[in-house]
Amino acid sequence: MAAVSRRQRVVLSCLGLVVFFGGWEAAVRTGLLPSGMVPAPSSLWPAWLDEVHGGFWQQAILDSLSHYALGLLAGSLLGAGIGLLCGMVPVLDAFLSGIVHLLRPVPGLAWVPFAILWFGLNMAGATFIIAISVFWINFYATYAAVRSVDPELYELAAAFGHGSFPGRLFKVVLPASAPGVMAGLRTGLGQGWMSVVAAELFGVPGIGARMMQASSLLATDVVVVYMLTMALLYAVTDFLFGFVRIRVLRWQA
Amino acid sequence: MSGAEALARLEDVGLSHDGGKSFVFRHVSLTLQPGEFVALLGPSGVGKSTLLRVLMGLSKPSEGDVAGPSQESMPQGAGASAHRRRAQALVFQDARLMPWRSVLQNVAFGLEGLGLNRQDRRERALAALRLVGLEEAADRWPKRLSGGQRQRVGVARALTVDPDLLLMDEPFGALDPITRSSLQDELLRIWQQTRKTVLFVTHDIDEALKLATRIVVLSGTPAGLSGELRLEAEQKEPDSPAFRIYAARLRAMIAGEPDPGGAPYWRSAEI
Repeated sequence: MAAVSRRQRVVLSCLGLVVFFGGWEAAVRTGLLPSGMVPAPSSLWPAWLDEVHGGFWQQAILDSLSHYALGLLAGSLLGAGIGLLCGMVPVLDAFLSGIVHLLRPVPGLAWVPFAILWFGLNMAGATFIIAISVFWINFYATYAAVRSVDPELYELAAAFGHGSFPGRLFKVVLPASAPGVMAGLRTGLGQGWMSVVAAELFGVPGIGARMMQASSLLATDVVVVYMLTMALLYAVTDFLFGFVRIRVLRWQA
Repeated sequence: MSGAEALARLEDVGLSHDGGKSFVFRHVSLTLQPGEFVALLGPSGVGKSTLLRVLMGLSKPSEGDVAGPSQESMPQGAGASAHRRRAQALVFQDARLMPWRSVLQNVAFGLEGLGLNRQDRRERALAALRLVGLEEAADRWPKRLSGGQRQRVGVARALTVDPDLLLMDEPFGALDPITRSSLQDELLRIWQQTRKTVLFVTHDIDEALKLATRIVVLSGTPAGLSGELRLEAEQKEPDSPAFRIYAARLRAMIAGEPDPGGAPYWRSAEI
């Protein structure tokens, strides 16, 4: 297999998108796909313009971004923090392992009734749902990263006067587990956007809520506009996080 | 046991992993005097590295007493920041550099927590790198270094804390013969410059003879100190008759055979 250069990758990926949307448009126009079921890509542009002119699009993005950012922050910090402590402190790890196994399989959607009860139909409730789904990804990623730190590095730290808990934490665990922690944060960025829809399912305004409204009116073109909006927002957050990642892990380059 | 000036001392030390049913080593007594270069020689797997860690305080012995230079740092007065140091430092067989730190930051690792400012740390780390001839690699990442260079960084990291006792755990064992020989020469030069007390673990008889002023042999099951040689400069000339006689005697000690004799300063440890 011939290796694909970076430039060729970008070109090929754009080509793939063109083929995808072109085929889709052709399928709708030739009647291969019934237009009632699937909107033609060409109808998305006017649908998007309508949403922008009405101000719905901008408002939905702002609303969703605020749940997303807060939920991501809370879920990532708590997940990585507790995962880090469990990875470092065997007693805590053992104490929490039963609780973790009990709560881990509960899907984010199952928390919606409690989110409504505890926080109400508001931003805090939506933030809670996003935080929970992001929490587990970061918990497990950080836990695994800390557990796989080379034990010989602890001995190195002890031999040079950094054998205390803070010494091990700051001189060994945090830098050594950084690649795994960053991978967890990055996965959480995507998972956060996926759970935005669940978080807004029950009526908290945002992209998810707007999608639900449109789908109840069978306005499939508007639904697709927001699907693509979410993909775009994910791409932007992932792109921006790439700079953080490269900065933190520059020793891996 | 000799006078109070001894730098570190093991007395009747034993280590067991199963509560005393069997011992890795037992009845080991060893005293290190300031300025000595002691080689701890023995076959692989006999417990030399473990004994070294017991002496450092990184492992607890099952029996016996250990009196080493303490684990603590030795800040000597508020104004004398250039003299802040640690009592002991270790060089590992696998270099054990932290991949996320540059060469300079790796060398400065032991200096952190001694109350030095950034500039002092940097200057001392650079001085140690200069001593091992790697000053120009200060800003590189460890993975860009060769095996010999990584080991030099490990030596610099240990030297920069200005330890009273320098412990080396088969530091050149994983290197190719050419690199090993040149690092041995460098270590001798550094030792002659600094006159640190060195405890050097090795399974290589020629290496022990080339470097040490005293060789102690650890062998047997459970392992014990089975012999000891003191060396003068003229006996360290490779391929000299004295060197060959000493090598033969060390082989006999490792194998637990009777001493073939032929040179002074020999005593068999009573076990």
